[in-house]
Amino acid sequence: MIGIYVQEERFDAGVMQAPLHALGGGAVASFTGIARADHGEGGDVIAIELEHYPAMTVAALEILARQAEQRWGLLGSVIIHRTGRIAVGEEIVMVAAAAAHRAAALEACAFLIDRLKTDAPFWKKEIYAGGSSAWVTAKDTDTARADKWD
Amino acid sequence: MQIIYFASVRETVGRDGDEYDLPDGIQSIDDCLTWLSAQSSAHAAAFANPEKLRFALDQQMAKSNASLKDARELAIFPPVTGG
Repeated sequence: MIGIYVQEERFDAGVMQAPLHALGGGAVASFTGIARADHGEGGDVIAIELEHYPAMTVAALEILARQAEQRWGLLGSVIIHRTGRIAVGEEIVMVAAAAAHRAAALEACAFLIDRLKTDAPFWKKEIYAGGSSAWVTAKDTDTARADKWD
Repeated sequence: MQIIYFASVRETVGRDGDEYDLPDGIQSIDDCLTWLSAQSSAHAAAFANPEKLRFALDQQMAKSNASLKDARELAIFPPVTGG
């Protein structure tokens, strides 16, 4: 079972991963990414704006989910990513994996979020309290983390 | 060919995309960038640092030396920053 969701609306991480509980395995792991209360060059971040490539996004996430399923023998996985304006403190993304045992579920989760950050067509812009904004630039550390799954 | 832009590339070019009949001889994404840069100063500014750009051909990530052969849509964007 693979569930892929790309949406503007908020989501409840517990509700979204609940279907993974019923697949017969003994482990469900998840990661939820939150819009952080950062302080950037333009001041305090109050929100982020997420742009994506609608014709490609779901397919790119599905590829990641299938890779994780094969590599760790998952029973199921869920990836949900929001787009549009996301206020600080709100959820941006959740990845979750169900497996027979915890090691596979935990590793698959780390793989999904590390690879999502380098392989899925999303772009973040920080919105500052003063009204200005700036695109977030990709970090070499994210590329290094994603590459270690090669 | 349909050419679409995202994020900072879209803002620098000043629009979401372009549709061009590319001249013969434009075979790779690299060739296309050189040709696009000659179309306007905004295009030139957006593609001034090609090593900082990423690409997709028909919705699949592609390297800059990839052949455009048979592709219908080229997307040009900065490195992704989701998650």
